[in-house]
Amino acid sequence: MTVIQAERLRKVYGEAVAVEEVSFTVEEGESLAIVGESGSGKTTVARMLLGLETPTSGTITVCGRPRAAGRVSSKERRRRAREIQIVFQDPYSSLDKLQRIGDVIATSLSLHFTLTPAELRRRTLELLESVGLAERHAAMLPKQLSGGQRQRVAIARAIAVEPRVLVLDEAVAALDVSIQAQILNLLADLRAPGGMSYVFISHDLAVVNQISDSAIVMHRGAVVERGPTADLLREPQEDYTRALLAAVPRPGWKPSRRGT
Amino acid sequence: MSLLTISGLALAVPSAGEWRTLVEEVDLTIGAGEAVGLVGESGSGKSMTARAVLGLTPPGARVSGSIVFDGAEVTSLGAKELRALRARRIGMIFQDPRAHINPVRSVGDFLTEAMVANLGLPAREAAARAVRLLAEVGIGDGARRLRQYPHELSGGLLQRVMIASVLALEPDLILADEPTTALDVTTQSEVMAILDELRRERGMAMLLITHDLELAAATCDRLAVMYAGRIVEAREAGSLTAAPLHPYTSGLLLSRPRLEETVHRLLVIPGRPVAAFEADPGCAFAPRCAHALAACGEARPVFDGTVACTRSAELTLQGES
Repeated sequence: MTVIQAERLRKVYGEAVAVEEVSFTVEEGESLAIVGESGSGKTTVARMLLGLETPTSGTITVCGRPRAAGRVSSKERRRRAREIQIVFQDPYSSLDKLQRIGDVIATSLSLHFTLTPAELRRRTLELLESVGLAERHAAMLPKQLSGGQRQRVAIARAIAVEPRVLVLDEAVAALDVSIQAQILNLLADLRAPGGMSYVFISHDLAVVNQISDSAIVMHRGAVVERGPTADLLREPQEDYTRALLAAVPRPGWKPSRRGT
Repeated sequence: MSLLTISGLALAVPSAGEWRTLVEEVDLTIGAGEAVGLVGESGSGKSMTARAVLGLTPPGARVSGSIVFDGAEVTSLGAKELRALRARRIGMIFQDPRAHINPVRSVGDFLTEAMVANLGLPAREAAARAVRLLAEVGIGDGARRLRQYPHELSGGLLQRVMIASVLALEPDLILADEPTTALDVTTQSEVMAILDELRRERGMAMLLITHDLELAAATCDRLAVMYAGRIVEAREAGSLTAAPLHPYTSGLLLSRPRLEETVHRLLVIPGRPVAAFEADPGCAFAPRCAHALAACGEARPVFDGTVACTRSAELTLQGES
């Protein structure tokens, strides 16, 4: 089943075209990577999927329901929230610094499910555990956690509502190498049982190789190449994809000036 | 003789009535023209070590040990001599050029001011030289760029302006603190290539501070890996990445996802990196180490100039293939 269908998305800010004619689909359980550098329009696409930006033209269908523009009721917003959730890049600014970790998760849960206080507490702890945090973390404030732990909280909050699609916007980019590997494994574990789909937005091709089945490469607002991730990385067809690949530090790699 | 010799460097900052150690027992040397990469995760003390070389430590910090630059002890220099050192001998490139270039002065002012003040060049000559420098860092229309302001330039262009400003003074040593972390990958490759090429041509030494072991290995002669304020391994770049001696180095190399292959699960280092003041009495890495024995938790392993691990002789660790 197709969970996301984006067709001919276009977003214009004043004179500037941020996104031009971008189309893609995400199947149930699929992990799609949107690859690009700053200014490629990849984050604008993510924000349009979440309804945080309205497309200038084009359509988005999530779980078979077209996303109409304009104001929607709070009931419809909650329904949409169960369909798609997002984890942002910076775990320092995406959590309320005055809200305890347990309450972050419980708020998300009680908004969408009718639970007794005991059930709410049990489910909160289960979710914290599923992202590798312990009961003692529930009483803590964000500032008492490290960046990696905060990102786990943001992931737990997003999966608390059991969304069909999880959008991850550079969600591991700001993390230390050793923590990044832990979060990537966590995302692989979470994906297996529930059939949750990922839209993984990243500039890091090694990370994309690890986490996605298929990928689209964006450059200056448009899709320049698409295909299964393995094919795209082994046999890139477009110059831009080749340039991106050539720029990734790896064994035997030397930095090079463009075009030389 | 080495250009820079750091020995027994320790640095602590006051926090809530006690001293918090950020760096301890750091020994590091850099020869003239040599590039050394100082690699570590957040809290490892890599940036503090580099800043200590310029006397740019946090207010109230307690610094001990010795930093000898070209025969002179840096830690005992006065404010005036430190300024002279920063102005002429050691250049620094920061992660975020936008935070370190005055936004209300033009690029031309930024580039020529130091040349006029420190090298005594006439303004016209300094401007001509700035245009030449911009050309060398790959910015063709230098005369126009000199009239522009920082907000009119992208992060990649601005970082090249900063590199040009450092090259202008022809320092003996460049301290580059995560110079490409804020940049796109293709821009990173280009900026590192420019820095590498121009540094070699001029025979300048470089201390590259980065979290990216691959990037450091590609651009440096030697690497030093820091963990919890200490150097845990320091060796020639190729052999360190091919056959690491410290379990942490091996863990860093193996936990990065690869372009060439996809594994179901990445090998991870459990837990999180700690700062020096958070570390247990024994080996700071022992709680996360797959090879740790009970004895590892008892005493800090001594760094012998190559590695700080009591088990390094008996372990065969995996590096990158």
